[in-house]
Amino acid sequence: MAEKMLMLALSPTMEEGTIVTWHKKEGDTVASGDTVCEVETDKATMDYESLQEGTLLKILVQEGQSAKVEQPIAVIGEEGEDVTSLMKEIEAAAKEEPSKDEPSKDESAGKEAQAAQSAAAEKPAEPAAPKSPAGAESKPESKPESKAKETGVAVKQGPAPAGEETPAGGAPQAVGPEDAGRIKASPLARNMAAEAGIDLTALSGSGPDGRIVKQDVEEAMKKGMPIRVPAGAATGSGAAYGAAAGAGRAASAGFAAGAAVSATGIDEQRIPVGRKRAVIAKRLSESKFTAPHYYLSLSVSLDTLTESRRSLNQQRTARGESKLSLNAFLMKLTAEAIKRYPIINASWEESEIHVFGSIDIGLAVALDDGLITPVVRNCGGKGIVRIDTELQELIARARSGKLTPEEYTGATFSISNLGSYGIEEFTAIINPPASAILAVGAAVKQPVELDDGSIFFDNRMKITLSCDHRVIDGAVGAEFMGALKSIIEDPLHALV
Amino acid sequence: MDYEYDLAVIGSGPGGYVGAIRAAQLGLKTAVIEKHKAGGVCLNIGCIPSKALIHQAEIFRSVPDLEKMGASVDLSGFDYSAVQAESRKAADALSKGVQFLLKKNKIDYIEGTAEITGPNEVTVDGERKIQAAHIMIATGSRPRELPGFEFDGKTVMSSDDALMMTSLPKSMIILGAGAIGCEFAHIMSAFGVEVQLVEMLEHILPTEDADTAQILARSFKKRKIKMYPGAKASAPKKTKGKVSIEIEDRKGSQTLEAETLLVVVGRVPNTEGIGLDNVGIATEKGTIPVGDFYRTSVESIYAVGDVLNSLQLAHVASKEAEIAVEHMAGQGEETRIDPTVIPTAVYTEPEVAGFGLTEEEAVKQGHEVTSAVFPYRGAGKSVAIDKTEGQVKIIYNPKTNEILGARIIGTQATDLIHELLLARRSELLTQDISRMIHAHPTLSEALMEAARAAEGWTIHV
Repeated sequence: MAEKMLMLALSPTMEEGTIVTWHKKEGDTVASGDTVCEVETDKATMDYESLQEGTLLKILVQEGQSAKVEQPIAVIGEEGEDVTSLMKEIEAAAKEEPSKDEPSKDESAGKEAQAAQSAAAEKPAEPAAPKSPAGAESKPESKPESKAKETGVAVKQGPAPAGEETPAGGAPQAVGPEDAGRIKASPLARNMAAEAGIDLTALSGSGPDGRIVKQDVEEAMKKGMPIRVPAGAATGSGAAYGAAAGAGRAASAGFAAGAAVSATGIDEQRIPVGRKRAVIAKRLSESKFTAPHYYLSLSVSLDTLTESRRSLNQQRTARGESKLSLNAFLMKLTAEAIKRYPIINASWEESEIHVFGSIDIGLAVALDDGLITPVVRNCGGKGIVRIDTELQELIARARSGKLTPEEYTGATFSISNLGSYGIEEFTAIINPPASAILAVGAAVKQPVELDDGSIFFDNRMKITLSCDHRVIDGAVGAEFMGALKSIIEDPLHALV
Repeated sequence: MDYEYDLAVIGSGPGGYVGAIRAAQLGLKTAVIEKHKAGGVCLNIGCIPSKALIHQAEIFRSVPDLEKMGASVDLSGFDYSAVQAESRKAADALSKGVQFLLKKNKIDYIEGTAEITGPNEVTVDGERKIQAAHIMIATGSRPRELPGFEFDGKTVMSSDDALMMTSLPKSMIILGAGAIGCEFAHIMSAFGVEVQLVEMLEHILPTEDADTAQILARSFKKRKIKMYPGAKASAPKKTKGKVSIEIEDRKGSQTLEAETLLVVVGRVPNTEGIGLDNVGIATEKGTIPVGDFYRTSVESIYAVGDVLNSLQLAHVASKEAEIAVEHMAGQGEETRIDPTVIPTAVYTEPEVAGFGLTEEEAVKQGHEVTSAVFPYRGAGKSVAIDKTEGQVKIIYNPKTNEILGARIIGTQATDLIHELLLARRSELLTQDISRMIHAHPTLSEALMEAARAAEGWTIHV
């Protein structure tokens, strides 16, 4: 069935975007994840990657024209499909658009019913707003299906008092900035999506009047659609990461509260599982239980890389530029190794293996209340400086809970780096839809015997690749690790 | 090519006339061809007259209630033919109503027997040829005749005969305890006829869930309706004013005797003589195979209602016709009816209504499922009106609280079911019902309480 392709909020503050270039033309096939167009937002020009699949049937917003977030920019469906009824609907919606805003403005003059309605809708928004960032997670959320969620629904229906939104993340925001209007979804679909952490705004509904129904959510779950767990959250990599952070928090919280201390000094407690933690748990278990993991470890010498990075950063500092992070180097070099073994950058889709055209690397970032993997798109086609700039921006926004689902889902490969915690070696859980994740340990000085029998102290680190055996066989994984090793040990190899 | 009509509909029952009106609304020039009476079986010799009889049976059954109030009721002048005449009045009124609706929608109503003589041609009474871009077969069904149990209209009767009957027999054997059999058992017993109800399958209302059927069986038993489930019957023997059959169940065999025998063992599709051969449509066990939008193997020909291998219910036929016609008009998105949202209704007292999977079926299909039950007695209204028999059962997924099905048995069940059905169709959850305010006192409160039972907080138990 033909559906609308909507303008997405590509940055958190984006309200409108201008189409710079269409990369696809009418009649072209679009796969999920394909860049269909470039959109100029208030911040930058971004790639619009399709969440939908099918044939681009109609372009509604031409190059140079702009569209508000949530407005249709194109129609996608099956080749040769009749779109006249959908087009009528779109045109009708476009006409309605201006009148939509009136009720809220008219409130004073308006009809009682409308006033009552908007008042009712605004009211539940209050308790949601002043939630303190810290501790929101550990608050018992009463019954999962009760108040909290109802509030969420009501907020979405409200006339969006945008100005009142609290700036700092922390509290689960029922309304993302991109939620301009009400989302039509059945109660069952809402609950299922919340359970699975799926972002309803990214789905299009197949029910009456475009209502999102159970089937749409189920399809999204199968395809691995945008996960929504607003302020910082998880697409799940590095189980050790989240668990460690969680345990630490729990313990300190207990002491701070001065709760009764037992004989062992540890106070026993039951911590309610919040939505984020539930999503982390679900996604990680799903990955670990369905994807047959195996692990390949080796140790790489860091001397050359450290030296190159040091000298580069020295020059940058001299120019007043920021230092480039080690992670940015690792992402770029990994992308170069992946180019030689594209199967590493693939996904198991039951009937086929989907080898991705773009190398989108997610980096596990620890947050106070979980973890999140912001994704730097197309690492293969970007330089280290660009990767680092994007990465730092993503991390900063991840920490303030402002990532949009598009920014933390759909990684085709992930990296988890626990080196800064002194962990020397560990294994990570694959972050779907990817088939592999690289666990990076700490750099440790180690004696190495040289050919002449002399001992040399080398800076080395352990890297461990977790592979999904359904996609990546042992030999291929091993060859990839070999290539990665030589590229890290001598980045010049990347050019060869 | 220009056709005289955009659509020619064969049959004017709830499939045919509803489809025709929907077609007219969508701008299709439409003709309906009917060989009997407008409205088909449903209006003339099915749903409607039987409901008229049931209504009167209920009035008759309330005589003891009047007597409780001290009134004495003289039944000596009771004349069943007046009851039957009343049912004909309802049937005729609605049949005229259908003709009026067709006319109002500028649909040509053609009386005669239709035969499909080409992919776009229907011949009426062998003479008049009608050209139409689309043809919709809605010829319905007729009572199934069992070999050895041939209908004679008097002692061995079909449901048609029973509805046209103008005097009551003293006793009646009803063979087949499906919806129709149970409804006749209810009507006849209400008017004082001794009823023996024979069913081959395990329990009466064999397609309903066992729980619900058992409640009806209990109620029937109280009313002295004799039931023989799990029994096979042999061909009837007719002797002066009596008919007898031998039945065999687990306990052995015995002979049942009565004045009349009503055979209600299903309905066969009317697919003969309508020219299917002329266009190469082959039937499967008498039914017409269709694809999406109820289209047959011939692109221009659609078929709906009892001629298909779908539930033989008037409302199913109407919905199928709407889907088919909307497709012809290039509109509509539905391709087929989702069988789990078809309501079923049995107009006995207590009434039985339901939709969706039964608990047993749901488990078999691998659904995570459980059910919540609330008895009618817990709703104050049922006590006030002295109709405490029955229960509401919601079959749901305990993880998501998705409503998978429901069964209601009790007074007005056939009207009450729709709140739950709407919930299922709109994917509402049990909490949407349990938290909605229901007026007090109503029977609908039992639905709210059943939903609360699913969440473990019933108030009135």
